[in-house]
Amino acid sequence: MMKRFLIGLSAIFLVFALAGPAPAAEPIKIGVAGAHSGDLASYGLPTVKAVELVVKDVNARGGILGRKIVLLIEDDVCKPEVATNTATKLISQKVDVVIGHICSGATKTALGIYKDAKVVTVSPSATNPELTQSGRYPNFFRTIASDDAQARLGVEFAVNKLKVTKIAVLHDKGDYGKGFAEFARKFITDGKKARVVLFEGVTPGAVDYSAVVNKVRQSGAEAVIYGGYHPEASSIIAQMRKKNMKTLFISDDGVKDDTFIKVAGRYAEGVYASGPKDTKKNPLAIAAIAAHKKAYNSDPGAFFLEGYAAALAVVNAIQKAKSTEYNALVKALRTNYVNTPVGKIRFDNRGDAIGVGFAMYQVKNGAYIEVR
Amino acid sequence: MKRLAELRESLVIALWFMFLTFPILVIQVNTIEKTIIWRWQNLLYVGIGSFALSFVWRYFIGKAAAGGRASGERAEEKTSILQRITADSRFSRSAILLTALIALAFPFLSSTYQVNIMTTALMYVVLGLGLNIVVGQAGLLHLGYVAFYAVGAYTYALLYQHFGIGFWTALPLGALMAMVFGLLLGFPVLRLRGDYLAIVTLGFGEITRIVLENWSEFSSGPSGISEIPRPGFFNLAMDLEESTIYLYFLMVGFVLFTIFVTNRLQNSRIGRAWLALREDEVACEAMGVNKTVAKMTAFALGSTWAGMMGVVFAAKTTFVNPASFTFLESAMILSIVVLGGMGSTLGVILASFLLILLPEYLRAFSDYRMLLFGTIMVVMMIFRPQGIITNIRRTYEYHFERKQNGAPDASV
Amino acid sequence: MDYFLELFIGGLTRGSIYALIALGYTMVYGIIELINFAHGEIYMIGAFTALIVATILTMSGMSGVSVLVLAFLVAVLYSSCYGFTVEKIAYKPLRGASRLSPLISAIGMSIFLQNYVMLAQTSDFLPFPNLLPELPFMEPYAHIMGSTEFIIVTTTAVVMILLTILIKFTKIGKAMRATAQDRNMAMLVGVNVNRVISTTFIIGSALAAVGGVLIASHIGRINFYIGFIAGIKAFTAAVLGGIGSIPGAVLGSLILGWTESFATGYVSSDYEDVFAFALLVLILIFRPSGLLGRSTTQKV
Repeated sequence: MMKRFLIGLSAIFLVFALAGPAPAAEPIKIGVAGAHSGDLASYGLPTVKAVELVVKDVNARGGILGRKIVLLIEDDVCKPEVATNTATKLISQKVDVVIGHICSGATKTALGIYKDAKVVTVSPSATNPELTQSGRYPNFFRTIASDDAQARLGVEFAVNKLKVTKIAVLHDKGDYGKGFAEFARKFITDGKKARVVLFEGVTPGAVDYSAVVNKVRQSGAEAVIYGGYHPEASSIIAQMRKKNMKTLFISDDGVKDDTFIKVAGRYAEGVYASGPKDTKKNPLAIAAIAAHKKAYNSDPGAFFLEGYAAALAVVNAIQKAKSTEYNALVKALRTNYVNTPVGKIRFDNRGDAIGVGFAMYQVKNGAYIEVR
Repeated sequence: MKRLAELRESLVIALWFMFLTFPILVIQVNTIEKTIIWRWQNLLYVGIGSFALSFVWRYFIGKAAAGGRASGERAEEKTSILQRITADSRFSRSAILLTALIALAFPFLSSTYQVNIMTTALMYVVLGLGLNIVVGQAGLLHLGYVAFYAVGAYTYALLYQHFGIGFWTALPLGALMAMVFGLLLGFPVLRLRGDYLAIVTLGFGEITRIVLENWSEFSSGPSGISEIPRPGFFNLAMDLEESTIYLYFLMVGFVLFTIFVTNRLQNSRIGRAWLALREDEVACEAMGVNKTVAKMTAFALGSTWAGMMGVVFAAKTTFVNPASFTFLESAMILSIVVLGGMGSTLGVILASFLLILLPEYLRAFSDYRMLLFGTIMVVMMIFRPQGIITNIRRTYEYHFERKQNGAPDASV
Repeated sequence: MDYFLELFIGGLTRGSIYALIALGYTMVYGIIELINFAHGEIYMIGAFTALIVATILTMSGMSGVSVLVLAFLVAVLYSSCYGFTVEKIAYKPLRGASRLSPLISAIGMSIFLQNYVMLAQTSDFLPFPNLLPELPFMEPYAHIMGSTEFIIVTTTAVVMILLTILIKFTKIGKAMRATAQDRNMAMLVGVNVNRVISTTFIIGSALAAVGGVLIASHIGRINFYIGFIAGIKAFTAAVLGGIGSIPGAVLGSLILGWTESFATGYVSSDYEDVFAFALLVLILIFRPSGLLGRSTTQKV
């Protein structure tokens, strides 16, 4: 907490110190909104760190358009009702661009406010398909692929590569997990090559999942497609394997997390999970992770690279547009490719990033390996 | 000699807490990275902190015990300063005038953000006053109040989504729906006493949330319903700032309306029945109060306010999903009521400002917010179970009693 | 038939877990008529303590049964201490206050303890090592009942029998029963009521710690919030069986476990909690004081 405060303070100081000789230029205000406290903070804080690293870098090189960047960091605890306050606060402070929010629900709420105020919003993690596909939010962009793209990949992989015909679809009843599961069900049914033998939600935090696991076995499913995060996934997979079930397990990028392998241990072997395309060889990603290690002495958390990409995309767009004016900025985001840790991207008319995609991974010997 | 004993006791307490907090506060294991961090400095803080606090604790416990003994004799003198201030009509009139002026000028003097969070605080004032009817006045412990809030919010969201119905039509409908649900809940739990009632209401709250989460065809599930319009004003197009200010004034109106109605209710026949119900259920029945009617009206009326605020909530955030209606939200509203002093209107208002605005301004400490929150609840219950402001009603009662003893022809 | 049996065993395991926590609720309620909302948190702290001890021991090279035993003992010790302290701070000063005050104090305590652990440790899920040994003789039945499930059910049964003996046949048990019946009368005949209440909290917390270690081993991960969810379920079970009654808590827990298991198995797990709470409401409508609860006539 304190550390973040100090960094923010020093960032401001830096800005003032460097902006000293050229006082004419007013700083560019970039808002960073998301869950920064509470139980979902681990999803929001990495983005803050990513944006801070990018901005520090930009300001050290003299800023953009002769102007420095200042960050307005606001917490929304991932709650829609708090997100309205966060958004109005940023608008009150005359923010130019917002990077955020983290959770889809909070993003939806805040977007309405940003749209009215004509503020460009780039989210590193809100994957709800509606945000772009509904076409209601022309000011919205994201550096992560949407849930349905991922569900399509999972289903195609299961049906065409693994050749399964009976699939159980499970989810954690959450926004993200259930959305993913519903798309998976739709794609399976539409594809007609396989059928859904079970569609169930599990209660997060329940004391055991044996009943659901028994039901999966009873349904005769050859594969489980699970939408949700790794804590529940590891419990389910462990109980399945303990009962000697060999059912294949395919999941989403909430599970494609090294923590999953560490929690589930040997039971994780063979699990499939989709995640962003391999970024290990991307020089920008390597540099970003190294910068994080240097600054915080630890590995970055969830959505760090996406947050980094969002910041780079915003900086690039402001540079290309030569202003922070809304229409110019939108146009710049849509037309210019930019190199980011998640690949070379630009945004389509709905706000989804072109060049960002998913790949399928499998756990082999305690690590995720991309499946070719 | 006494000092020495106290010192020794505090030392024991400090050592005890150092022992108690040792594994959780000092050792931090990370089973994923296989590391252990030892934070010995925390042990020191705990030791010093609990040593100092034990003195404060002892002092206040002693004072509370002494106060408890004395209160039997000098009950009528135990009115607080705040109460005397509010009772002084000259002062209270100018205070009301001042508050009204500030309330009117506020949106024009501060930013949209300030107005927005003030609106949130006002919403909790109404919610607190609504729950106050059930908990404070009728003494029924309700742990699922948020369910009715959700009913109101979803009424508006769904009506708009399917039929394009606007805010002003949805408002009474939301209130009505919540009232119906209140009666639905009230009916089966009529026979239940205190704690059983608490768990059933809690269960009801959870059931509502789970149904909203799972019945996707009906409620769009966890992804929620978005783009709900803000309240309109004769088809006038408003930008964000204007509609925020508009909503703020709407809420000021709502608060005034709620205060008026709840005050009238409190002094009405049914209000006195609730009071009797709270104080002693059996005696109240023996006196001829219809327990069923009293309980049902408390539930129904309390829920109505929640339903109304639910509609406002949906209009304000323009988005609803089940995650906004968790048990914690119920606990929040309940603590507003408790902290404010059960049954006291002014107390509820002060408490909601305290609990909603403080965390907004103390964002930097947001991690410690809930910790502080829990502490306040415990400490308040121990040292000031009557809340920030003791219900005025009580002094009125004592007064009444004395009059009756002295003069048999009490015609109050 | 196999499927039915699997669900039955699953429900039995779940019910046993609930029972270990529900006993703490019901014992406390029996003695001082207080819903100890912080009980779930005591259970969570037990699990965390066990995790910390087990991690330190494993990292210093120990393994096997000695880790299990030590982790168990320290967890039980600490949970008991926490239970004792919570009672002294949050409930003892409120004895004799109106019924609402201690309840709200308990909710406050629960919120405090949750956030205390969250801030002091982490808000993320931590993997919990399976401390329980694999029983070779259960191996052939693994698809119906694993060895972890077997250990949970047996432990609960043993604990239950011990508890019954304690309450029926020991001096402190007698004192506890006396206090539960009439606190003032018990005081009058020379029972140290304060000590009885403290003992009750200590025993209840110790049981919760046993539950905490077993469940954390079974489910394989913990975070600060597990106490709240399990606590609400266990409390529902205790009310279902008639709060204040020890056999009632066990019966209620098993019924709740089976309800959830069969509801998931034959209907849908989407609504497993709805089934649980609906059952509670239904039973309370017909038996307002639970299945085995004493129907108290209110004294005026």
